[in-house]
Amino acid sequence: MMAADITRENQAPAVGPADGPASAPGPAPAPPPASAPPAPAAFQIRNLNVFFASNHVLKNVSLQVEARAVTAIIGPSGCGKSTFLRSLNRMHELVPEARMEGDIRLFTEDIYAPAIDPVVVRRRVGMVFQKSNPFPTMSVADNVTVGLRLNGVRARSVLAERTEQSLRMAALWDEVKDRLRAPAVSLSGGQQQRLCIARALAVQPEVLLMDEPASALDPLATAKIEDLIVELKKEYTIVIVTHNMQQAARISDFTAFFYLGELIEFDATKKIFTSPTNKQTEDYVTGRFG
Amino acid sequence: MNAPNHRWRKSKNAFVQALTLLCALLVLAPLALVFFHLLRSGAGALNWAFFTQLPKPVGEIGGGMANAIVGTFVLLGLASIIGVPVGVLGGVYLSEFGAARLNWAIRLGADILNGVPSIIWGIVVYALVVLPMKSFSVLAGGIVLGMMMIPLVMRTTEEVLHLVPNGYREAALALGIAQWRTVLQIVVRTALRGIITGVLLAVARVAGETAPLLFTAFGNRFWNHSLSEPIAALPLQIFTYAISPYDDWHRQAWAGALVLLMLVLAVNLSVRFLARDKLRLSRF
Repeated sequence: MMAADITRENQAPAVGPADGPASAPGPAPAPPPASAPPAPAAFQIRNLNVFFASNHVLKNVSLQVEARAVTAIIGPSGCGKSTFLRSLNRMHELVPEARMEGDIRLFTEDIYAPAIDPVVVRRRVGMVFQKSNPFPTMSVADNVTVGLRLNGVRARSVLAERTEQSLRMAALWDEVKDRLRAPAVSLSGGQQQRLCIARALAVQPEVLLMDEPASALDPLATAKIEDLIVELKKEYTIVIVTHNMQQAARISDFTAFFYLGELIEFDATKKIFTSPTNKQTEDYVTGRFG
Repeated sequence: MNAPNHRWRKSKNAFVQALTLLCALLVLAPLALVFFHLLRSGAGALNWAFFTQLPKPVGEIGGGMANAIVGTFVLLGLASIIGVPVGVLGGVYLSEFGAARLNWAIRLGADILNGVPSIIWGIVVYALVVLPMKSFSVLAGGIVLGMMMIPLVMRTTEEVLHLVPNGYREAALALGIAQWRTVLQIVVRTALRGIITGVLLAVARVAGETAPLLFTAFGNRFWNHSLSEPIAALPLQIFTYAISPYDDWHRQAWAGALVLLMLVLAVNLSVRFLARDKLRLSRF
């Protein structure tokens, strides 16, 4: 398990790191974010602040991402959705002047502890981007296994097995099983995006982050991705940024509404879309602004 | 707005356009002239012996430049061994790792080096390599050409790596692939054709260098047998033969020039071929 690679700075909690399937909770009814849940959350975020140079992008965000559920992040452009998502696997650190304050725990483990290598965090928290980006020099199969191969997995049997398993999970196997050796860029746009999901799944992450994964796709391809997300939440925790309100309503269990870098409201998706507590949330989800 | 004014403006426009077209076409004129002249003067002296035989002693007719042709390839090979790894890795540093301020200094240094007259490179390597070894040598010739390649390769590598979309770097990093592996096995691999193109251009550029070789490889009328001995090279041989008083040597100098030009032309054409594919691969 990848998690074992992590040097633990903090004392392991009594519950134990819940990266195995055994300790994950079922589809629990939405607990309000303040109350402590019985099972450990996938992410426990406390007082998160992110700055790019002097620009204060995320302001004091605290929320809890439930394991094996889909959490949608919505909000108008520039509200910090993507930054929030990227802070969950430390991808925002690629911006040279990025700085964060606060505390993010992945299954009780502090992912910003000084001894933790961001590379290890990213193995546990996979990511799918808005633009599909399969590597153009590689075949379909090589794209799926690249994360394993470049981390030292050599055994052909393991690679072949993981290729099929990941492509099946990404609902792509039947379409590409006869052309695994074809260049990845020969696939259609929707297939390329599912290939990117398969590539992310192949390294067996615990959480999957998705940054508007369907916004560049046609409605049919979008529907496939959405079905896939609903299917994947049986085994994975998914955090998805989306501009599409209907999409958030259709596929997510929890929804967080961000505005100008602040978390305005976070609750069960049903609650957010039917009876939001906050006026701004209501205006946004009903399309009155944003 | 009156009509005559308008016509005057249009004619000015046409004039400037014609002038720029003329200047652009003037680029082709020297190439055509050189090519035509070399074919006329050199093709006659090209024969099997030219490619297979050593130069004949002074006064005898015939012989060839086999040693110089091989020598040029040996020197270019040695130069590539020195110039390509350093240049490519330096370009990778500039594009993928470097801090802004240090990068600025390195780029400035490389650009200045690109403008250093080649004879100065020759003198420098003469002082650094030839004098301590007490001999002109293949090694010194390879070193000087290799040093000239480094800044060229470095800058083109950097430019090509900048063309690789950031999405590939992010995708690789998000898979938990370490940065150095991402750079070497994803980014460089994606840009590989472009990098090879840059390397070939640098090779073509130094293939015709003569001045630095005068101080280093020196030239040799026989086969070279060791890295520490002088070696013949096409540009050197052309130079020696062209300033000689013998008609037969003049003819051979033309033939040598034709071979050298064809060599550079072949490299440039293969670059075109590679560059076409590079664009296809770089698309997102």
